[in-house]
Amino acid sequence: MLNIVVLVKQVPNTTQVKIDPVTNNLVREGVPSIVNPYDMYAIEEALLLKEKFGGKVSILSMGPAQAKEVIKYAMAMGADDGILLSDRAFAGSDTLATSYTLSAALSKMGKADLVLCGKQAADGDTAQVPAELAEYLGMGCITYVSKICDIADGKITVERTLDFAEAKAEVSMPAVLTLNKGINEPRLPRLKDMVKAMYMSIQVLKSNDLTLDEKRISLSGSPTQVMKVFSPERKKSGYVLNGSSDEQVSALVGELIKREII
Amino acid sequence: MARIIIDKDLCTGCGSCISACLYDALELNDDGVAVVDADKCNICRACVSECPFEAISVEGAQNIKDDKDDYHGIWVYAEQWDGKLHDVAFELLTEARQLSADLGEDLSAVLIGHNVKSDAAELNKFGANNIYLFDDSTLAIPNEETYAYLMADLITKYKPAVVLYGATAFGRSLAPRIAAKLNTGLTADCTFLSIDKERKLLQQTRPAFGGNVMATILCPEHRPQMATVRPKVFKKEALSSPEKCNVIIETVNLNDFEPKSHIIEVVGFQNKELRVEDAEIVVAGGAGFACQEDFALTKELADLLGGCVGASRAAVDAGYASHPNQVGQTGKVIAPKIYIACGIAGAIQHLVGMENSDFIIAINNDPDASIFQIADIGIVGDVKVVLPKLIEKIKSHKAKQLAV
Repeated sequence: MLNIVVLVKQVPNTTQVKIDPVTNNLVREGVPSIVNPYDMYAIEEALLLKEKFGGKVSILSMGPAQAKEVIKYAMAMGADDGILLSDRAFAGSDTLATSYTLSAALSKMGKADLVLCGKQAADGDTAQVPAELAEYLGMGCITYVSKICDIADGKITVERTLDFAEAKAEVSMPAVLTLNKGINEPRLPRLKDMVKAMYMSIQVLKSNDLTLDEKRISLSGSPTQVMKVFSPERKKSGYVLNGSSDEQVSALVGELIKREII
Repeated sequence: MARIIIDKDLCTGCGSCISACLYDALELNDDGVAVVDADKCNICRACVSECPFEAISVEGAQNIKDDKDDYHGIWVYAEQWDGKLHDVAFELLTEARQLSADLGEDLSAVLIGHNVKSDAAELNKFGANNIYLFDDSTLAIPNEETYAYLMADLITKYKPAVVLYGATAFGRSLAPRIAAKLNTGLTADCTFLSIDKERKLLQQTRPAFGGNVMATILCPEHRPQMATVRPKVFKKEALSSPEKCNVIIETVNLNDFEPKSHIIEVVGFQNKELRVEDAEIVVAGGAGFACQEDFALTKELADLLGGCVGASRAAVDAGYASHPNQVGQTGKVIAPKIYIACGIAGAIQHLVGMENSDFIIAINNDPDASIFQIADIGIVGDVKVVLPKLIEKIKSHKAKQLAV
């Protein structure tokens, strides 16, 4: 029996963000919020492990009230229950404060054997929360897991991706794992399960519900500060070729010859 | 509770903050004064620096580390595997030489492993003034938990102001553990680093919001200021006559420490096929291809030029190419001699992965695509029309060469 917690984040679908060519600003209108795509693999892997070993899959998320939607989606996929950390008192958290807050929630939730995460969030792309969280909880953490090989004797054996190779690794449980994209094929929820999930309840926890050091949450617990956000002006050094496409291609081939590429 | 406060008397209603906000949380009220929608606001503070009238402030200050002025110098964590240093260590040292000069403080490297003493000389060539060395048989196989334990101790002992790590798979796992142990900030995957000389702070710039904008991040009150940088973001350059450096041998004491995870064995070395990060010529494709069959044109052109196929995130998401070939913030950062971007619009997250290429050729049917802003030569046209013609012309040129 495995008690598995999956961390899920609601993110803006940043692949749909456009930059206004005139003002160089982000065009945010109509950008929908979605389940962080990398988290889908963590939800699916948790469900596969539950099918194999039995147990329970809980979803933990942190964000505004609307982040309930991503928990509902995970429930429609098959998760048993969900907790949302949602409180204005958490706003402004960087990765460190987020990890700290999540670790307090996991401590409250009780014994988890395994915490599964996507390899990173598609909006921030930092990949920092799982390892920071593991440190706070005193757990081992293996990142970029490409395969879960075995669970036995309180240990989990995996394959992890390094820069130059794959490696076999093991970690004693409880443990945090971050999973590679493509480790499985996330299932699509069935319509009737989506309807069922709509009626499942999600526990919402506020800062008062957790044992927290107030100096370590929100802004006061966030060492990093955004100084400015900008769209870089890139200087145009080159030129666009003129003429018919045949003429353009000929000019390009001429350039390749000049540069001794061909 | 932390929140953004706008001084009604100072606000002129210029709207600068509205366009700076990533979360669509600001608008002008009927009096022409900016107001914050607290439900949308993420307190990222992008608006604070953007306001020309200093009307925006943040309530809810940070803890201040009492001894932050005791922290000096810049450190680079020198990643190695089997005694072989990762190039990113040299790249970081090369870049950190300038940071160290701007800060007016020492540059040091930290080396952890077994039988790695000879690596110290290599690090010296790239400008390290001091090298802190942990050398022990128990450290032969890198382990994030053990290495983080040693690093955190070492940082507490010597108090560096800045610590930089390569954003490798290992470095991205190691650095957050250290940040949590030391309760300090960490900025991932920086593409630009500089020193604010007046405040003596490290300015850490990275793509944000899915790589659609850039953000400059500070860690003003906590120490050390820590950042990771992807391989190939900076160029490595050895010094012709490096100064002599001190090698400081540290005792490895792991009596009270038992890691919970470890690597058992390395099972699969990646095959020796040309990797996109090593290729001198890269032909990359993006969302401009309608299907996998069309995308195959990039492979045909790459083979013809002796290069490698690259792909934008959109092309990988569409299944045209696999992740090891992805170029950009969440893929590889590369700097080939020739980069041919086919049907790639040029989102920031892609540009940061290839803008250091020596010569950039862009083919795209949208004349306003950002890729043309950084291209040396551009062709406005459909990749499905242009690429076959280009392949044909190159083939006939090669045939002529053979005939001569």
